[in-house]
Formats: sequence, C-alpha cells, structure tokens
Amino acid sequence: MGFVIERNDELLTVAVDGQLVVANRQEFKQLVLDEVEQGARRVLIDFTDTGYIDSSGLGALVSLGKRIREHGGELRLSGLNEDLRTLFELTRLDTLFHLYDVRSDALIGF
Amino acid sequence: MRSSASKPGRSTSVLPLQWSIASDVAEIEAIVNAVSSACVAAGFAEKVCRLNVPVALTEAIANAIVRGNNSDVSRRVLVCAGIDNGTLCIEVTDEGTGFDLIAVRAMAEAPDWATREDGRGVFLMHALMDKVETWCDRGHTVRLVLRRT
Repeated sequence: MGFVIERNDELLTVAVDGQLVVANRQEFKQLVLDEVEQGARRVLIDFTDTGYIDSSGLGALVSLGKRIREHGGELRLSGLNEDLRTLFELTRLDTLFHLYDVRSDALIGF
Repeated sequence: MRSSASKPGRSTSVLPLQWSIASDVAEIEAIVNAVSSACVAAGFAEKVCRLNVPVALTEAIANAIVRGNNSDVSRRVLVCAGIDNGTLCIEVTDEGTGFDLIAVRAMAEAPDWATREDGRGVFLMHALMDKVETWCDRGHTVRLVLRRT
C-alpha cells in the first residue's frame, strides 16, 4: 500500500496504490491536508491501482472534500473500477463526488 | 449501546481458520488476504473475493479493534472463518460489550448520512454479506455469512 504524489502549483494528484483502509487512512488524510495547507486547491485522487476502499477510507474522502471546499478548492476522483463504483453507489457517495473513469478526463477543465 | 441478541446456533469450533490478534489495525490485512484466498479456492465469484469479502471483513475487524476494544493493544480480537457447503461463515469477537445493530443500521436513513465521515461500516457489512448477526457471550461477536452463488 502506498501513495504517489504529484504537485504542480495548485494541482495535487495522489494515486492510491493498494487499499485505502483503516490502516492507512490517517496517513492519506494528513498527506493531502498538508498539501492543502501549502496551497493545493485542485485535488485529484486517482484509484486506477486501488483494490478496495473501506468505510474509513470513504470517510476520509468525505472529510477531505469538506476541507478542500472550505479552502475554496475542489476534489475530484478518477480511475474507479466497477467494484469501487459499487461501493460509492451503495453509500450514495456517487452523488457527493465528481467521479471520472480515467485521470485524463478528470483533468479536463480542472 | 449493548447488543441484546442471543448467540445463534453455530459454534466457532467448526470454523477451521482462526486468528487471535492484538487490537492493532495493521493486523487486519493478512487475515483479509487469507480469507479472500480461501474463498477463491472454494469457487466464490471473483467480484465477491475482490470486494464483498475484503471490505466486509475489514469492517468487522476494524470495528472490533477500534470500537469494541478501544484500540487497546492489550485486548485481543479473535477471528474464526470457515467455508462449509458453499457458505462462508466468519466470526469476529472482541472484548467489548457490543452495539445495537438495528440502531447503527438506521443511521443510513439519516438525511446527513452521505456527508458524514463515519457510520458506513455496519451498513457495508449488511450490503455485502447475506447475513450479519451479533451477540454477547464472553465478549461481543459479529458473524458474517455469505453463500456462494
């Protein structure tokens, strides 16, 4: 499990490699919050290489979305496979986030 | 809140895979991988092995560690699992006093549920498993049941 970060001015991209679960959600959340504190306003989380997400990981995304909006920014999610979309649909989080099939689509107009 | 359910019939003694772990979330992944692999070997559907089993089991063990045992590493969590006649049965037992399963499930009906940071774990267990039961008997146990389709 790990995170690959790319930062370009106000744009932050974080790729989640492995799972986003209770064991690493705090590390993930703090990593993004630190970047937001340092000026990141457009945040893209890419799940192309992600196996599954548990409720802690989903909760971390909800929390980050709020914090980023409070800073005047926007959070987008990309690369969700069918399994991950199922999780977002079950928990109705598909209505809360902007979801994109691939990273390049998420970056259009971002 | 305490669980008021009585212990259902099946005993953990018939579940051959067993782990006793400290209340540390870093312990979860190895158990999840082992149970998911057992499901693959038993012919469960790929999506079930990739999604339903890992997520539901992660929720059950994380609940036991964080809520049941308050992340006190001196307290133990027992995980027992087995597949019998195409049915996966997992029991996760902590040293706590349990929770009201019906009340926790009802959180999903709250208007602010989608925007809350917490409160999705029990909901996901129910959504991804065929049956979820809880009872208190020398600790609090959550049982997850999933039938092969």
